[in-house]
Amino acid sequence: MHPVTRIVRGTIVLFPLLFLAIFFVYPLAAILRLSLAPEGVPALQPVWEAARSGAVWRILWFTTWQALASTALTMALGLPLAAIFARYTFPGKSALRALTTIPFVMPTVVVGAAFTTLIGPTGIINNWLRGGLGLAEPPIQLMNTIWIILLAHAFYNVSVVVRTVGGFWEALNPALGEAGQVLGAHGLRLFRTVTLPLLMPSITAAGMLVFLFCFTSFGVILILGGLRFATLEVEIYRQAVNLFNLPVAAFLSLLQMVITFAVMAVYTRVQARASLPLEMRPRAHAPCHSGKLLHRIVVGALLLVMVLLLVAPLLALAWRSFTLGGHFTLDYYRELAVNRRQSAFFAPPVTAIRNSLIYASAATLLSLLLGVSGAYVLARPRTLATAILDPLFLLPLGTSAVTLGLGYIVAMGAWRTSLWLVPVAHTMIATPFVVRTFLPALRSLDPHLREAAAVLGAGPLRTWWEVDMPVLRRALLVSAAFAFTISLGEFGATLLINRPDRPTMPMVIYRALGQPGMLNYGQALAMSTILMVVCMVALLLIERFRLPGEEF
Amino acid sequence: MNQSQFKRRAVALVAAALVMLVGVGCVAPAAPVQDGAAAAPATLVVASHDSFAVSEEVVAAFEAANNARVQFLALGDAGAALNKLILSKQAPLADVFFGVDNTFLSRALAADIFAPYASPLLAQVPAEAQLDAENRLLPVDTGYVTLNADRAWFAERNLPLPATLEDLIDPAYKDLLVVENPATSSPGLAFLMATIAHFGEDDWQAYWAALHANGALVVEGWSQAYYEQFTVGSGGTGGRPLVVSYTTSPPADMLFATDGRTEPGSVNVNLDGGVFRQIEFVGILKGTKQQALAERWVDFMLDTQFQNDIPLQMFVYPLNARATLPPAFAEFAPQPESAVEVASATIEANREAWLQAWSEIMLR
Repeated sequence: MHPVTRIVRGTIVLFPLLFLAIFFVYPLAAILRLSLAPEGVPALQPVWEAARSGAVWRILWFTTWQALASTALTMALGLPLAAIFARYTFPGKSALRALTTIPFVMPTVVVGAAFTTLIGPTGIINNWLRGGLGLAEPPIQLMNTIWIILLAHAFYNVSVVVRTVGGFWEALNPALGEAGQVLGAHGLRLFRTVTLPLLMPSITAAGMLVFLFCFTSFGVILILGGLRFATLEVEIYRQAVNLFNLPVAAFLSLLQMVITFAVMAVYTRVQARASLPLEMRPRAHAPCHSGKLLHRIVVGALLLVMVLLLVAPLLALAWRSFTLGGHFTLDYYRELAVNRRQSAFFAPPVTAIRNSLIYASAATLLSLLLGVSGAYVLARPRTLATAILDPLFLLPLGTSAVTLGLGYIVAMGAWRTSLWLVPVAHTMIATPFVVRTFLPALRSLDPHLREAAAVLGAGPLRTWWEVDMPVLRRALLVSAAFAFTISLGEFGATLLINRPDRPTMPMVIYRALGQPGMLNYGQALAMSTILMVVCMVALLLIERFRLPGEEF
Repeated sequence: MNQSQFKRRAVALVAAALVMLVGVGCVAPAAPVQDGAAAAPATLVVASHDSFAVSEEVVAAFEAANNARVQFLALGDAGAALNKLILSKQAPLADVFFGVDNTFLSRALAADIFAPYASPLLAQVPAEAQLDAENRLLPVDTGYVTLNADRAWFAERNLPLPATLEDLIDPAYKDLLVVENPATSSPGLAFLMATIAHFGEDDWQAYWAALHANGALVVEGWSQAYYEQFTVGSGGTGGRPLVVSYTTSPPADMLFATDGRTEPGSVNVNLDGGVFRQIEFVGILKGTKQQALAERWVDFMLDTQFQNDIPLQMFVYPLNARATLPPAFAEFAPQPESAVEVASATIEANREAWLQAWSEIMLR
């Protein structure tokens, strides 16, 4: 092997591993050690007591089944939407797709407020129904029930399904479907016997990501679920922050990680076996144009209903940002730029947007570097090493953020207060998404194409650039969109490690919500609306991004 | 594309990536200045919780007077921030920490992370607020958790404002109150502890069962209670005219209004046994390399310039007797005559059991 190639390959393997070791394994090990053996001697009495009480196991059971149910609901809503985006062209498609992603970036406090405004006991829909039907009690009573948790999880994660599955679907070679048609399969049968098996890798990948998100859910459970419900993550927070019972918090974090790792190990094994080279298309092929008017109306109506369901709560918030207090006003937007209290931590909206965009760009770049090199490592023939690494790359997503945050404090030395940690923490969360969206596409690359390029005299780098890249472009853009939006909306980790004088958009929202007075509440609503718009614009720009040399 | 074109594009792409990385690097702070050049300002790191706020000019005054730069860290809510400092005991995150309150005082002192400092300014602070005899934690401000009521709502219905805690369990006040979950919210916990101290270990549970039966609504945190449920805070969409909040919320409602109102929409309802006093402390962290500067910062926080800045920044009351209150505070948020105070050791010992018992009552 050429020495340069060897160096490149070595770097590709080492970079993600080193990153994981420094920013994940090391801080986690440090906090777990400090919690379970504070004086160097294991102190396991509280852990033993917790494990023997039924509470922990009841919480684990609830965590698991709500995550499964939420994933099922998300898939049921997301797959039809993915199908429409993958198979049809219609005006405003990219804008609509970007719209479905906006829930994904909104902080939980904002989504909580949106749901209460829309379907709370005195919310818009209940008031309207009560007025229309003359009812004494609000007919929709979802607050603090399991249903609102499932709905909120679906609301957040539908875009994961739309983007991962839809992106993969769009790039599928239509010849396979056409072959099926020639062989006599149509409609549902064609879908079941040809399309669905081909899509399976991306469907399971999306399902896994959604499951992990719901399994470690925190804000949704606390804010919308009320007193009745606690996931492992909520219990870890309670133990670590409220009660300062670190041994039990560490035990619960370990439990959460072991389960995540086991589930991931099974999944990645199945996934690696199921994938086969597919001859993906470099760009979306001409999707269906159904001539039948009825067909068009049905698809259009379905699309409209789904998008409305996703966007309605957020539109309700945006509407309030102009009308809070009863009349149309731009006061709240103007107030964002006024440092009324002469606060030392004030940031005008442009600065907050800039901070958010800088962090998001850095996190996107880093997680693409990491995730793509990680995916290349994992796409190689399966060995024991890849069998362990594969679930390991997903583990940060299934790890308690509270625990990891405390780990950074204990282990990161002089870096603990560095602004660099913010994009690093975002990268930690975004990389699993990049790996998971990129890997199915990478595995489906036909090795013959690379061999052909090599025979024709292209070096490895050039083969990668001219054979792999055009085909993988779609997956790369989907990954970039994920990484960018995750960073833009990330709030928990940012609040823990960011500096008060460098607020991001979600931090400005959170701060405004912490003080009484209509101007403060209005500012939170206004900043939320700005966050939606910035996210929308960024996604449209990412979709338009073309690699140099691409022709359209 | 020929070979050289390919190379040029690859180089351009790598260059673009580098520019982005460097651009991000600019945000990273310059390395802290080590002692060396005499004129270079020393950096003081002040850690606090998310609610900490201060005026630009006040910070600038300290920096100019002491040839120093103050770097602030926000470490999460009050509980999370304290836990982080305890965990980082071996290599302190900061020189000074502001924001231990009386509910966490015993945890903070037991962890042995603060060094004593008897500031001369303590002479201007009421003795009853100086809860640590060794002066490891020095009182800076005080605040009160109490009920806020929607004045117009009660006036329209000719319903008098509740006068005692017992009124809240009267059917006339059914479905009017919203409270925060004490497990996740500090005003929620404060209100619960006030009622426990008032009714005593034997009777507080019966009181909360009656509150629950009379339709008290529990939400996760202060923002949800105030902005989503409270009729005043939500601008009319919420359905609850009584909320557990702070005595300073009414002046804030007026100062941050959009309609130019000269009177708040809400009013404090300070019930006997329903008001909880919070005191916030500052302390110098053991192991600081800036002892002298840290002492000057503590003095500064207790002195009149900073103390006068407190009310409109953090919406709590200064403790220095020479500090002045803004007119809106004097008029709409006088300090309550009596308030419940619970010893922090009692809180630390009972918190988990109280919360457990409370959740069982509220889930029935």
